[in-house]
Amino acid sequence: METLYDRLSKDVRYIEGLNACINCGTCTAICPAAEVSDYDPRMLMDSVQEHNEDVLREILSSDTIWRCGECLSCKTRCPKGNTPGSVVQALRNLSVETGLFMKSSQGQKQLALKRMIGEDILRFGYCVYVDQINTGSHPEQGPVWDWFKKNKESLLQRFGASYGKETSGTLRKIPEESLDELRNIFKETGALDRFAQIESLSSDHARELGLEFTEGKDEYFRFLYEQE
Amino acid sequence: MSDQADGKHQIWEAYQKTIAEDHYYFARSCIRQNFFPAAEEVYLKILKEDLGKDIFDDARQTSCSGIAYHSGIIPMETIMTMVGRQFALMKEAGYVNFVCSCVTSFGIYTEIIDTWKHFPETEQKTRETLLKATGKTFDIPQNLVHASDLIYKFRSQIAAKAKYRLVSAKTGSPLKVVDHIGCHYAKIFPEQGIGGAEFPYVLAGLTDEWGGVQVDYPERRHCCGFGFRQYLLKSNRGYSVANSKKKLDSMKPYHPDLIIANCPGCTFFLDRWQYVIAEMENKTYGEDGYGIPVLTYEELAALILGYNPWDIGLQMHQVSVEPLLDKMGIVYSKEDKYRGAEGVHLEVPEKPGFLKCF
Repeated sequence: METLYDRLSKDVRYIEGLNACINCGTCTAICPAAEVSDYDPRMLMDSVQEHNEDVLREILSSDTIWRCGECLSCKTRCPKGNTPGSVVQALRNLSVETGLFMKSSQGQKQLALKRMIGEDILRFGYCVYVDQINTGSHPEQGPVWDWFKKNKESLLQRFGASYGKETSGTLRKIPEESLDELRNIFKETGALDRFAQIESLSSDHARELGLEFTEGKDEYFRFLYEQE
Repeated sequence: MSDQADGKHQIWEAYQKTIAEDHYYFARSCIRQNFFPAAEEVYLKILKEDLGKDIFDDARQTSCSGIAYHSGIIPMETIMTMVGRQFALMKEAGYVNFVCSCVTSFGIYTEIIDTWKHFPETEQKTRETLLKATGKTFDIPQNLVHASDLIYKFRSQIAAKAKYRLVSAKTGSPLKVVDHIGCHYAKIFPEQGIGGAEFPYVLAGLTDEWGGVQVDYPERRHCCGFGFRQYLLKSNRGYSVANSKKKLDSMKPYHPDLIIANCPGCTFFLDRWQYVIAEMENKTYGEDGYGIPVLTYEELAALILGYNPWDIGLQMHQVSVEPLLDKMGIVYSKEDKYRGAEGVHLEVPEKPGFLKCF
């Protein structure tokens, strides 16, 4: 039977990202995530290089791997040329593939990210889109964003943008043929299957919690998006 | 030149990369076009009209899906094939030089090309999948650069046409400029960035060329705090503001007149988190209760060249840019700031509670 380490060892980000960690702690010293959350890349790398199947399963089921901000500052400074941020990507990938992400509250939040970023790419061709962003979900945008949204058409015309038009330019409508290509890529490379798996496992979890689960920004989404 | 400055210049010399002279395929940024919707149009205008370059703006181009990748919601095979499609579009348009507006994308393209080099079977698999999904084939760009690399390359041509410089119109002394380099520009592959990761020169070079003086502060290389999923989820957003605050607290004693950034996300966070910190903690970083203006490289180039600040979208920043315009002696209309298309007057935005705004 294929072990978790067998599977992890096939990921190029793990192969390239972890040679031999010498536990110097440089990555942790400069890590933005370590400074503000319960995250320690040195400990994580050291645990992964133990090659202990039980420890790896615990890591894949934990909040830890979801705390990294993927700035990859660790790549620059590691004296051994390791990349903890890339190893984290490989761990996250395996956590989702095995369904273990649902065992941690941070992992469960993948549904919210899928419904925002993942669905926006397939709908608009970009990870974010002006019409989806408001100061309710993004209060940091400030009053200037409310003003912009209220006067969007006029301002975007002044700025020379192509908002909603089927042409080249800023915030244009992406041709349907191009969006079809993106959907085909997502289908062929397993992204759509991954989205379906995240939805399915999240649905079970929502039922356990007694929260409404439909689509978009439903009660379960808001629970994930806003709760610590 | 001091020994320290000479040492840095020697390091910068060791990290020079080839930047094509002309004929570029342009890839847009998800964040820049939404949050600074005038910036990419201004960039293209500077390249085409001020510098006389050929740069192709493709309607079919899309996100590279980098934010989804770094948030852990799509497999690596997906982003490899998305990148392959972008390169296929470049090939179909007849170009070999690829320039992208987003720093995350620049890191993605660099990482994927590097992966294909070290694991050729992944490139072969990407080619097969792309062909099946879209019928397309791709060539790897001969020259891959970030949009700020081109402004750096042509900085002296821009200076030669400049109407303004980064100097105080009142005293003639250089303005103090903080440069913030997006992490994925050079921290992953230092050899791909002008000046490398520890002493990046891509924006510092603009400061030097256009008359300003660099601010070297303790947290100069610290991340702005985007963190992908950490910012995107409201529950995790404290990560983002805490890291921007660390930088802002560190630079404040040096009294910067301006922050410039090459990453669209960094520009946004260093602007908006100043507003949030002001509202939450009654703390401001600029002079007299204002913030420190934060500009992108193309916005700064446009100001230097004499573009109307309100045509290039500077009213989209929450931190008012007027303190900088006044220092540079830029003539602008207060009324024009709040005009829409065809000169129509728009109502004025609400003012924040604590952060002073014009």
